[in-house]
Parts: sequence; C-alpha cells; structure tokens
Amino acid sequence: MKRRDSLKSLLVGSVAGGLLVTGCAPENQAPAEPVAEEGLPGYGRNEAEKLHDKEVLAEVFLNEHELETIAALCDLILPATAMVGGALEAEVPAFIEFIVKDMPNHQLPIRGGLAWLDNHSLKLHNLEFKKITLDQQKAICDQIAFPGETAPEMMPGEKLFTRMRNLTLTGYYTSKIGIEDLGYKGNQANNWDGVPQDVLYEHGMAYEPAWLAKCVTPAQRGKVAEWDDDGNLLT
Amino acid sequence: MQIIESSKTYDVAIVGSGAGGGMATKILAEAGFDVAVLEAGPHFDPKKEEDRNQFRWPYESPRRGASSNRRSFGDFDAAYGGWNIEGEPFTNHEGTDFWWFRSRMLGGRTIHWGRISLRIGPLDFKRNSVDGLGDNWPIGYDDVKPYYAKVDKLIGVFGSKENIPNEPDGFFLPPPKPRLHEMYYINAARKAGVPVIPSRLSILTQRINNDRGLCFYCGQCSRACQWYADFSSGTCLIFPAQKNGGRVQLFTEAMVSEVTTDKEGKATGVTYINKLDKKTHHLKAKVVVLAASACSTARIMLNSKSSVHQDGLGNSSGLVGRYLHDSTGASRAVFVPELMNRKIYNEDGVGGMHVYTPWWLNDAKLDFPRGYHIEVWGGMGMPSYGFGFNPNDLNKVVGGAIGGYGDSLRDDIKKYYGSVIGISGRGESVPQKDNYCEIDNEVVDQWGIPVLKFNYQWTQHEVKQAKHMQDTFEEILSATGGTLLGDKPDADSDYGLTAPGQIIHEVGTTRMGNDPRDSVTNKYNQLHDCENVFVMDAGPFVSQADKNPTWTILALAWRASDYLVDQVKKRNI
Repeated sequence: MKRRDSLKSLLVGSVAGGLLVTGCAPENQAPAEPVAEEGLPGYGRNEAEKLHDKEVLAEVFLNEHELETIAALCDLILPATAMVGGALEAEVPAFIEFIVKDMPNHQLPIRGGLAWLDNHSLKLHNLEFKKITLDQQKAICDQIAFPGETAPEMMPGEKLFTRMRNLTLTGYYTSKIGIEDLGYKGNQANNWDGVPQDVLYEHGMAYEPAWLAKCVTPAQRGKVAEWDDDGNLLT
Repeated sequence: MQIIESSKTYDVAIVGSGAGGGMATKILAEAGFDVAVLEAGPHFDPKKEEDRNQFRWPYESPRRGASSNRRSFGDFDAAYGGWNIEGEPFTNHEGTDFWWFRSRMLGGRTIHWGRISLRIGPLDFKRNSVDGLGDNWPIGYDDVKPYYAKVDKLIGVFGSKENIPNEPDGFFLPPPKPRLHEMYYINAARKAGVPVIPSRLSILTQRINNDRGLCFYCGQCSRACQWYADFSSGTCLIFPAQKNGGRVQLFTEAMVSEVTTDKEGKATGVTYINKLDKKTHHLKAKVVVLAASACSTARIMLNSKSSVHQDGLGNSSGLVGRYLHDSTGASRAVFVPELMNRKIYNEDGVGGMHVYTPWWLNDAKLDFPRGYHIEVWGGMGMPSYGFGFNPNDLNKVVGGAIGGYGDSLRDDIKKYYGSVIGISGRGESVPQKDNYCEIDNEVVDQWGIPVLKFNYQWTQHEVKQAKHMQDTFEEILSATGGTLLGDKPDADSDYGLTAPGQIIHEVGTTRMGNDPRDSVTNKYNQLHDCENVFVMDAGPFVSQADKNPTWTILALAWRASDYLVDQVKKRNI
C-alpha cells in the first residue's frame, strides 16, 4: 500500500476504533494492554474520570477531511525512516483526534488553521492541501515551519504548523514506537547502582568515597534494617 | 428525609485518612479503641489492579498522562482531584490568589506526595527567639524527637547522618547513589559555596520489615506503589491497623460537614453526607479526631456552630482559620551542553531527588528571616503529554534552525533529551494572623456545605527570600557552565515566588499554644474549648520551617494519640 493511499484506511480505522487503531504492518500494532470495561483505558481512575473519558471518546469534533489533512501534516512532520515507523504508524492522527476533544482550546486554532491552509493551497493550486503533490506541500511548509522567518501574511500558517508539530511530536514520543525510537529505558523494576562507569568517565565524574560510603549497596537491601541508639545502621 | 443515626457509638471518629488520620487510626486502633475513619473520597489501594497507575505507559492514557481539571498533576498521578474539585469550590477575597489542593481518596495527599521527610529542627520550633517574628511553638524539638524516631523506624526513611545542628539526623536507611545531573548539581553548588547532602525520602531502599516491598527504582512514587515500598497512609498505617486486628470501620465517600456537640459543648460525633446515596448521617463517637487537612478541618470547625460554640467549634480565640501559611517556592533551570546526546540508560531511581541542599545560612546576616532548602530535578524521564513541544528551541543556544519538519526533528529530540537541570527553593514563610480562610456565607458546595474563602498575601519577608533564591540559583546554575533558561524573575514577578497554596503545605489554621486566647489547641493537639476533640493534621503547626510537613504531622499525631489514650484511661475525657 502506498503511503498516500494508506492514509484514508488508517483514519477510518482510527475514528471508528476510537484510540487504539491498527497500522499497516503488524509490528506497528497498538500494544496489547489491559482494557477495562466498555473499552475504556485501564489505569486507576475514579468514577468521574471514567465518565468523562467515555463521553469524550464518544464525541466527534474533527471531520474526515480535517483528519486527512492532519494525517498529511503528521506524515510531513515525522515520516517513517528505513528503520522506524513515523507519526502515522504511531497513530498520531488518532491521538490528535482525541486530544482536541479533550482540550477544547485546541479546537478553533486547529479547525481555523486547517481551513487557512486549504484556502492558501486553493489560491496557489486550486486544490486542497491534502490533494497537492508532496513537493507542493513541502513548498508551503517551508514558508510556515520556521518561526522568525515567516512572512506576515503567512503567520496563520506558522501558528497552525507549530501547534501541529508539537502535537505530532508529543503524540509520537508518547507512543510505543516513539518511546522505542527515543530509547527510554525505564518504567521497569531494576536495581539502581549509580551512573554507569563509562558515562562517569565520559563526563569526567567520579563518586567520592565519602559519599559512596553513605549509599545503599545491592547486597544489603534485603536485610531488615536495625539501628543502634544513635541511629547507626547495623544491618 | 431525616438524619440517619449510627446504630452504635464509636470510641473515636477520625475525619480524614491522610498522614494525621492514618497515624491516629493506627495508634488508637492498636490501643483497642473502636475507630471510625471518614474519608470524603473513594477507597484506594495501589495493590488493586483497577487502582494501579504504576508501570503504565503514556499511551495507556488517551491524553498521554496530561494534566486536566480532574487530575491536576496528570492522569497517572495518584491524587483524585487537585486544584479543582467539581461541585466543591472555594473562593478568594479580591486580590488573593490562594491555590487549594485537595485529594479525595483513602490516604489523601500521602498517596501522591513527594516523600520528602524532614524533621523540624531545634531552631525551627523557636524562631521567634531568633528573629522576633511570629511565635514560638509551645513545644521544642526534644518533645517531638522520640516520636520522629518512632516514625522513622515504623515507616522508613532514607538519608544520611550529617550532624548539621538544625537538620536533625534520624534512623535512616541508606540513600541511593546520585544520578548524573545530580552530580553536576553537586559540583556546581560547591563552587557556589552551597552544601549538598543525600536527600531524605520515605522510600524503602532497604527492607524495614517483612510486610512491605523494597523499592525497585521506577521513580513513580507519585503514582502509588503497588509493593508499598514508600509511605502512604493507607498502605503503611490504615491497612496494617486493620490487619493487626484493630477495630477500624472505614466510611469512604463520607463528606463530613460538622462536629455535633451536646448542651455542655462536648462533642457527640460528626455529621456527614454519604456521597453515594446523598443522605445525611450522624455518626456518634466519644472522641472526634479532625485530620481533614488544615483548611478542611478549619472549615468543619467553623461550620460547627452551637449555643456553646457560637463562633464555631473551638473558636473562642477567633483564630480558627488564621495563621494559614504555605511554603514559599521559586525555580530556575539550566541547559548544560555537556549533557547533550547522552548515552541512554535507566536512571528513574527513586521517586524524587537523590540529593538536596538543606538551609545553610542560619548564621548569616540576611535581609529576610528564616530559610529555604533546594531541590533538584532533571534526567531522562518517561515522556508524557508535552514532551517534544518546541523540540529545538535550544538551537537558539547551540546554533541551528528553529522549527522545521522531517527526520531532523528526531535528532533534535535525542540531542536535548536529559540536558536540562532544574532547581527549586522551598522556604519558610512567617505566619500572619491576617492570612486566613473563613466561611463564605454566600457559596455552598454541592452537598450544601458552606465553602471556604481565602485571604492571603505574602509579605516582604517572603519576597526577599525569593530574591535570595533567584540570586543563589543563578550562581549555582552558572557554575554548571551551562546556559540559564528564561529571564531571571525580577521584582515585577516577586522574583518568581509561587502563589500561596501552590507548594501544598497548608498549615497553621488551628495553631497550638499554652494560652487559649492565643491558640486553638493545646500542645497535645487537643482543643482548648472542647476536650474530646483533637486536631491531628497540620492545623496545629505554629510554623513549618522549610521542612515539608508530613513527617511532623505523623510525629505529632502519634504523640497526640498517645496523649489521647492516656487521657481516656485516666477518665479525663
């Protein structure tokens, strides 16, 4: 499936399926996660939050055309590489579809911004932004993607693009694909035993013996703590 | 509709299940008392899968962990409510901008708190004797010291013996090794002549008993630990009290409106609204412990008017709600080029800083009273909503295009990941009689209970302290060799001083003292005006130093509970 052709199928899936949509390739599928009752997310929430999420998930704000335009922008902002999926594989349009409902302050700037983008594209090419060629899209982006260099009459475009870049990157780097791309190693049980030696060396740092003497050692962790009357740890 | 009377009379009704209420529950239940605990939110136990926030990935939240007006610190932060609770408003006097954080759940704010566990020192109890401002506590460090020790041993706190006179050492578990950005901070602070020591947090780096788990360094204490490896009231106090066979009846979703009293003015129990069936209940009790948070307790007392207590329960001094004070706060951050393009490894560590700076200028001549400590933050944390915004603004510092699109953004993100270090001051304010909360007679919450109205202004003491913080931050952060971010906050913004309430250390509304005309409780947290009512949250604090209040709430609640048991045994109550 060609990228451009896949946009629509991705979007139909994302709108119909709420948040957790499936990309083209199996490795890009949303992770199996605990989905609580009624398809709501499973993390610890109170009743008011569950109700709120249910209501927001059921709402519709962005229409199909707007979502297709957003998908085109997402793909420009963070395309896939040979190594790793991009914003579309990370289902960023679906995230944006939700977040503009959840944070209504995004609604008018995005709806109006997308309309401005189409108006601009129509003037230049007599076609909406999503329908012009990739090169034509990039030519417009080049005029609105670099704050400080934008012509005054193109400022509405810059505002939209900055917002879209922020939402695309945050949506991407909070997705499974994005976190892997970033390389974040935490969110798992481990036994912190200080900065790795090669990193210390690289930064010209070393733990001072006096400080280190105060610190916990992996070996002592399992022993139930006992102290003398002066607070000296005996175990 | 009529008030539903409880069938039995409890020995003690405890209002609130946070640090103070939890400690009272444990001590009083284990002393054999029949205890009722009333909590305005739902039950919460991080061990239950449906309550679990720990080890969630950002994509498990549709808003990727963003904050909302339903959960102020984000979707995974274990505090139901926050700055805003729908249907339960509060108001501010004109010109006041007080922020009030409430957490409606079993355990209250101890579920998500920062775990910073500091003792109020000998100087701190007697600051008036040092600077002539405010008032001394009626008790001193030696009165509380044995209880701090008991709390250390029961709950667990890591730290190190430092022998700093006003930063008393405790019975510490060993601290974790510093992270890389914390080592940068240590070096920079020392260059600026500012000391740094291992932090003191109630997290189990070493086993303290065989019931609770050991910290495995996920850095997510604020999400509530399913292994109970950090302190929260439910996991360390209330559940153990139940497990030990204590008679503890939990009333969750129970919004207490007032304390009821008899003709002599003695408390007979509490009235509460069951949030689920919306009916009004009366729970009879021989003793009432108020631990609803300093401001919520003041609200309940001020709403408890009777022929004996005409200005509200325990308010013959007119001081209930007064002397409300929060910590000061100010922050600054630095971008350190040496921390660009970092090698990535897991440095989540414990849920909070591994090092900090205690107040170091008690002996210096300064243009403001009291002091502050410095907290440090940074590192390669888990992304959540907001991560990646303005991905290459730091190109302004190192060169390169701002904005753009395409593959280069990936490089920008990785280049700057973990390259910023921030520091925050948390300081002592001087309590003011004219900073207070009172009942707003014109506004009720959805339960029909009149709400609180706040009046609070910082004084020049706090503003000058914030200025000192900013000067110090600039000196320390410049010593990293990096570039400070943003403009230095100046006089126009009160030097970045946080709004009152924002540090969430509300204390002082029912302050303790020996003179009933000048205080609300005696030195055992017992109301001067009503002997069978105690306040065991931070309301009785006369001042709070720059020490986060929780450890002192716990110590004083234990002390007050021991006194309560003794008084009941002697038939004085």
